[in-house]
Amino acid sequence: MTEELDAGLVAGRIAESDQMSEPSAEREMGRARRRKEDARLVTGRTMWTDNIQLPGMLYVAFLRSPMAHARITGVNVSAARSRPGVVAAYSGRDLAGEQGSLPCAWPVTEDIVIPDHPPMAVDEVRYPGEAVACVVATDRYRAADALEAIAVDYEPLDPVLDMTEALAEGAPKVHEAGNRAFTWKFAGGDIDAAFRDAPVVIDRTYVQQRLIPTAMEPRAVVATTDGDGFTLYSATQIPHVLRVMLAMTTGIPEHKLRVVAPDVGGGFGSKLQVTAEEVLALLLARRLGRPVKWTESRSEGNLTVHHGRDQLQRIAVAADRDGRIRGVRVELLADMGAYLMLVTPGVPLLGAFMYNGIYKMDAYDFTCTGVFTTKMPTDAYRGAGRPEATFAIERAVDELAHELGIDPVEVRRRNWITREEFPYTTIAGLTYDSGDYEAATEKALAMFGYDELRAEQADRRERRDPVQLGIGVSTYTEMCGLAPSRVLGSLSYGAGGWEHAAVRLLPTGKVEVVTGTSPHGQGHETAWSQIAADALGVPFEDVSVLHGDTSVAHRGMDTYGSRSLVVGGVAVLAACEKVKERARELAAHLMEASADDVEFDGGRFRVRGTDEGRTIQELALAAFAAHDLPGGFEPRLDAEATFDPDNFSFPHGTHLCAVEVDTETGRCAIRSYVAVDDVGSVVNPLIVEGQVHGGIAQGVGQALFEEAVHDADGNLVTTTMADYLIPSAADLPEFTTGRTETPATSNPLGVKGVGEAGTIASTPAVVNAITDALRPYGVRDVRMPCTPERIWRALAEAEAAVPGQAPATGPAPAAVPGFAPVPTHGSTPGAAPPPAPASEPIRGFVAPATSESAPEGGAR
Amino acid sequence: MNGETDITGADGVPDPVTADLRLSVNGVPRPVTVDTRETLLDTLREHLGLTGAKKGCDHGQCGACTVLVDGRRALSCLTLTVTADDVEIVTVEGLADGDALHPLQAAFIENDALQCGYCTPGQLCSAAGALAEAADGWPSAVTPDLSAPPRLDETEIRERMSGNLCRCGAYPGIVAAVGQVAR
Repeated sequence: MTEELDAGLVAGRIAESDQMSEPSAEREMGRARRRKEDARLVTGRTMWTDNIQLPGMLYVAFLRSPMAHARITGVNVSAARSRPGVVAAYSGRDLAGEQGSLPCAWPVTEDIVIPDHPPMAVDEVRYPGEAVACVVATDRYRAADALEAIAVDYEPLDPVLDMTEALAEGAPKVHEAGNRAFTWKFAGGDIDAAFRDAPVVIDRTYVQQRLIPTAMEPRAVVATTDGDGFTLYSATQIPHVLRVMLAMTTGIPEHKLRVVAPDVGGGFGSKLQVTAEEVLALLLARRLGRPVKWTESRSEGNLTVHHGRDQLQRIAVAADRDGRIRGVRVELLADMGAYLMLVTPGVPLLGAFMYNGIYKMDAYDFTCTGVFTTKMPTDAYRGAGRPEATFAIERAVDELAHELGIDPVEVRRRNWITREEFPYTTIAGLTYDSGDYEAATEKALAMFGYDELRAEQADRRERRDPVQLGIGVSTYTEMCGLAPSRVLGSLSYGAGGWEHAAVRLLPTGKVEVVTGTSPHGQGHETAWSQIAADALGVPFEDVSVLHGDTSVAHRGMDTYGSRSLVVGGVAVLAACEKVKERARELAAHLMEASADDVEFDGGRFRVRGTDEGRTIQELALAAFAAHDLPGGFEPRLDAEATFDPDNFSFPHGTHLCAVEVDTETGRCAIRSYVAVDDVGSVVNPLIVEGQVHGGIAQGVGQALFEEAVHDADGNLVTTTMADYLIPSAADLPEFTTGRTETPATSNPLGVKGVGEAGTIASTPAVVNAITDALRPYGVRDVRMPCTPERIWRALAEAEAAVPGQAPATGPAPAAVPGFAPVPTHGSTPGAAPPPAPASEPIRGFVAPATSESAPEGGAR
Repeated sequence: MNGETDITGADGVPDPVTADLRLSVNGVPRPVTVDTRETLLDTLREHLGLTGAKKGCDHGQCGACTVLVDGRRALSCLTLTVTADDVEIVTVEGLADGDALHPLQAAFIENDALQCGYCTPGQLCSAAGALAEAADGWPSAVTPDLSAPPRLDETEIRERMSGNLCRCGAYPGIVAAVGQVAR
């Protein structure tokens, strides 16, 4: 835990004191307020979507495809219709005329292939778990039981599981138009010049395995209609975007559709979606005229909540022998899965501007090809494109350091943007407004005990200790605060990136803040209260934050991409400022002074140089009474504001990880982990701390535990939490966290966002540490997740390649090419393939000519 | 049991077999008639209006459904309701004493041991059970000395709470909260 957590603020009682507290002299900004959300959450009084019961409600169950790819030759639901309690049963064909196509809002290129995506399959299933029929019954058991009475005839088709094979001539097609969805390119500088005659080229391929987001709350939907309008309750991150998209998809007029996100139990990007089940619930409510509910099972969720990551990354770094990076070239294959969902094709683009990391270079070249496979579509998962980019560049920079025999921190130091150089426009065209990589790194090194750990590492290598110590470095930045609308427009995204807020001063002086963000664990009710309390000079307890219901919060762009504070929090501040200006005008009128002479301090407007004043609460009542208002002054103290940022924000930081790897068993344990993050100004350090912890946990999960695995037929085999492993308390160490602070210059709060930082930084830190531990054995990479078996196999392969290889203290050995190709799919957890030696070419990429110029194994 | 003699309804589909039970939940008698296939979790959530316990996985793998049965933690999603006759069940709704929070609830707030809060009811019940187990001298897989009473240090707490998953990763706060109450 970090500094200054203020223990005196905890609520020991469920009900907060209703007493009107005096305006506090202490600023709320930066204060570790305990969260307003928590009392209801710890007492079980929350309203989750699955808790909702409506009169006459029916329950929906879906029959899902047991095959990855098949033609549907017949669906017979009639037997299901006669089962007890069953009200209706439909096939995809039954709904074909009205179900439309699920939307993709990010057509990244002009010639992108966006296949028709019916919410229930009609003619063909293209991923395991795709819905083919549904039953609506009087309770959820009867609905589930009746599914077995539905007969579906499938004609199996070849699954398409491997991206490189999918792009080969003659490959089975996921869609008629072929398996290439798009190719998107970006270039800055002269990449050929950077690689021409480069003394060192690091050329590596990394596998970003497919992940399952696994929010603890399964998705749930309730749809109801009064015969005119519709209300959809959904466990969603995006009630506002969802409303617009559902109106477009279902034809229900937007003004007849209310979308509510009640309490939502985590999202991490997975609930940033317009799902088949949401559309179908609305259609069923419309057909049947009764409320319907659907709640997924965990296995259903693992199959059909959109997946994350799943990219094959080739990264080449050209450098001088002093470690200075000349250029970076990236070729990416991104697995789209079977369809393009809301922002599926845009996810790799969010990483496209980040492969240069925090480094200066002369040239950068990025190509991404989106590939269709017969798997669940991928889409945003915590970090969305940026963790993948950061992993690749941070792994490659470590390889460069090793290649040159330079300390990995020193190589970074030689390349990063220095504190004097901000604002700095990168080779990828982004302008990083502020940062101090030196400060964050120095603080992290000191907290970590870097030199001592390096000494211990040398000692263990010398002693040939079977348990080796590895040290991993990750210096990251990310583009956050999605996003300037003009930038989103230039990237062909279908909407803007602004955020909205409304602030209302009620007659009794209490405050309602209405926000367009849609929290699901981020503590907006607390943080927005702090912002409003400071701006209006009212007590923190006097502010309520309303959100997540399109009939209450009528404008919004919702919560994802570390945007809520950076865009939405700033909108709250802007609305408060407008309210304050109205109050100032009223105060001046009542005190018979010029508005210019009225100053505001601690919730009170005062005529400069006098004791004459009015509190903001008195003004609220005066506005309500409306007995004596300035001419033309409407009787209200409220305002709305929309904030559209000029630039992204760029949190950064340095994460250091020490692992102990048992070279005899492959067991890997994180011994210590230090995270120093610069997220700009901090509203609530308690919330920031929690976001960092959670982010690291998910990043470590990718590094060590998590992978969505398909068998050779394309079945997902990780459909339970016993097969898809997310970290438990026992799997993680205590994290040591610290902060440095360079305020963002792109918003008046100086905030940068923190939701994704830990996830972005931690994965490469952990894998760099594992690789560092194993280098003396000739291991250059371990494919994620770095399970004990994969580590053990990597050691065995390296030993087989260079027999007698022991923990060497001398020059690192060259990895030897020529191992058997590694299937990237089709494995099972019990039979994980050996990791690819990093030098192995991955099918589908053509090696650039310059890749041969890297001298191997020297200079250590 | 009801309906034992004729379990076959129309179309050869068996009718549910039901049982009349006298449950006691949070100190209140709750007589119910349930399908004998029904889990305690579904009974609590669907029939008794106690939605604090959560169905995170329905497989006993996530811990979100944890309740206390006669003071011991139980995964309510793996407990058939018919086995819960004549036992005392406590859910998250029964932890607080009126408006006074249970010490674990207060400690969870103070230590920021939750974010989305979906797993929290299970974490709280599990923590209450874990504290009772330790007080009764039960060792865990990481207890170094089986002959001495277990000491709830960080490692012990992490192990004993490892059956309750939190995707928000609030484990540092959870461990701190449980440790604070254990002291």
